[in-house]
Amino acid sequence: MSTSADQADTAEGRVYNVSGQDWDEFAAAVDEAGDRTGEERIVVNMGPQHPSTHGVLRLVLTLDGETVTELRPVVGYLHTGIEKNLEYRTWTQGVTFVTRADYLMPIFNETAYCLAVERLLGIEDRIPDRANVIRVLMMELNRISSHLGGIGPFGLELGATTVFIYGMREREKVLDLFELIAGLRMNMAFIRPGGVSQDLPSGAIEKLREFLAVMPGKLAEIRALFDAAPVFFARTKGVAYLDLEGCMTLGVTGPMLRATGLPWDLRKSQPYCGYETYEFDVPTVKTCDAYGRYRIRMDEMDQSLRIIEQCVDRLAGKRPAHDPVMIEDAKIGWPARLALGPDGLGPAPDHIAHIMGQSMEALIHHFKLVTEGFRVPAGEVYAAIESPRGELGAHVVSEGGTRPFRVHLRDPSFNHLQALPAMAEGGLIADVIPAIASIDPVLGGVDR
Amino acid sequence: MTETNQPGQADAGTGTPAPDAAELAGRERLSEQVVRTGMFGVQDTPDTSGYGGLKVRRPPPLSSPRPYGSYFDEVADALGGSLEREGLSFGDAVERVVVDRGELTLHVRREHLITVAQRLRDDPTLAFEICTGVSGVHYPLDEGRELHGVYHMLSITHNRRLRIEVSAPDADPHIPSLVGVYPANDWHERETWDFFGIIFDGHPGLTRIEMPDDWKGHPQRKDYPLGGIPVEYRGATIPPPDERRAYK
Repeated sequence: MSTSADQADTAEGRVYNVSGQDWDEFAAAVDEAGDRTGEERIVVNMGPQHPSTHGVLRLVLTLDGETVTELRPVVGYLHTGIEKNLEYRTWTQGVTFVTRADYLMPIFNETAYCLAVERLLGIEDRIPDRANVIRVLMMELNRISSHLGGIGPFGLELGATTVFIYGMREREKVLDLFELIAGLRMNMAFIRPGGVSQDLPSGAIEKLREFLAVMPGKLAEIRALFDAAPVFFARTKGVAYLDLEGCMTLGVTGPMLRATGLPWDLRKSQPYCGYETYEFDVPTVKTCDAYGRYRIRMDEMDQSLRIIEQCVDRLAGKRPAHDPVMIEDAKIGWPARLALGPDGLGPAPDHIAHIMGQSMEALIHHFKLVTEGFRVPAGEVYAAIESPRGELGAHVVSEGGTRPFRVHLRDPSFNHLQALPAMAEGGLIADVIPAIASIDPVLGGVDR
Repeated sequence: MTETNQPGQADAGTGTPAPDAAELAGRERLSEQVVRTGMFGVQDTPDTSGYGGLKVRRPPPLSSPRPYGSYFDEVADALGGSLEREGLSFGDAVERVVVDRGELTLHVRREHLITVAQRLRDDPTLAFEICTGVSGVHYPLDEGRELHGVYHMLSITHNRRLRIEVSAPDADPHIPSLVGVYPANDWHERETWDFFGIIFDGHPGLTRIEMPDDWKGHPQRKDYPLGGIPVEYRGATIPPPDERRAYK
């Protein structure tokens, strides 16, 4: 290629266009122009399309040999305007938007948003018990699927393809349960202000029990693969170090914080949805490195299974005659009931009979709630929950209307990516990959 | 009407009867700012909804009296004491305290934001180690304080939360940057600049983060349209979401 060492003089200095397989010509051109300074500094643009960056994350790396001297993460490639869009939909429709923010933890986005809306409405104490148990059940299932979606690719990026395949395979089991319970595998819009969209279908308890029976063995398989891989230890132990002070300074929470030995978990310290009534431990390690974060995620999945088991026991127990999953308030509770008919899932015939034949008020409420939505008293709240990645907060402002005035999701991935330079600068370029994987960022949540 | 059930009978001697509480409340309500008229978003067509005369007013901003309840008094006292050691009184720095729905909000004057944040972080009786970022809110009707920066603080030591709210007028959209106190606010402040146009003075590199670098405008402000194109479906045209007729 004759044009290989194309060069142009710009305000920043001489720029060489390198198109690949032309290193010799490039080096010769640099020598000829006298641009070689003696330092081997290369700026590498990594991403936004790169398999190991968990989505459209771009890193601008300055390298001295193989050492990273400067790292700048660049985000924004997946910005979809979810927060702005929410301001043009009703409070209930908002769930459909927030669930798409961090697409690996849809249930957590929904729960944070719904808890905020419920606090604004002042109905936190009136959420039915069964709805809360189902919320906890779904959140813990989601925590497992999210951690598997974090650990599987973690292995893949370090060359362990089997771990990835195993992780995706087990995650599929959780997604099947989501499909059974919510109708969708991702982006379910299942948690609604006031409760959940529908009760567990028949057969769900049995499926959950089957899941609980096989899952510990499957997690042990993944553990066995990692624990027998010296390469994995070598590339994660002591890598991407961030200690407690670093976490505090950079606002880092979740598994990264717990890998420094601090047992901070909002489920324990500021419980919501009845977490104070479940028995579980908060796993911690004191290694402050990528390996410790992997350990935390594995141990958290065990604890999630414990919580799911308690949820299933509660849901399978003897039910009172009247056991709703949506708040009993005709002005707020979503009125539509779904039932499986001969032609698929649709409005329940008894609900249609009730609003069309028996109760004018029920018809009015149904119509008003579906077309107009409910009004939320003016004010602002911040609801935070412990997501698989750390503190997920929803700052929700109402001006008294049927639509949110402002919704802001404080996404943990967005905050934690700021810690990447602190973890990777001064290390090898190869260690950047486990550093990103140990944050487990999801760019859908980062950019919203 | 007999003498005895006249309102304001106690003041009968002065000749001008004092209005009763309900009348006062009514007058107060009528003097509030009208934020919306009509219903169902009817604006351009003759309004047959019967709600054409409806006026929705905005209540004055909340200001909670003491005691605030929960741990809020303790936080306010500790902050007050801590600020006094800096030569600043609680009332100088905090213009309003709101306790609403179990959450404490301190409306801080922007010139004292950094001092307040520094005390919140460093005073061991407060120990708000983590600031979870800043969330911008645009209130176009709140004249002179259109842009709000809302900070949520978390104290792991004491297991407490606190909200700091700072406002700036549209004409002078400057708020001091907290990156020097809470480095984690770096990206959050860039996001708020990007979406709301709030300039965080002292930020080390206030550039756009979500929108492209050459983007014009700040998309999450209320005067920025949502955008979108009309969609045709079976001969009918559906306008984009922000232009649809909708309940207001």
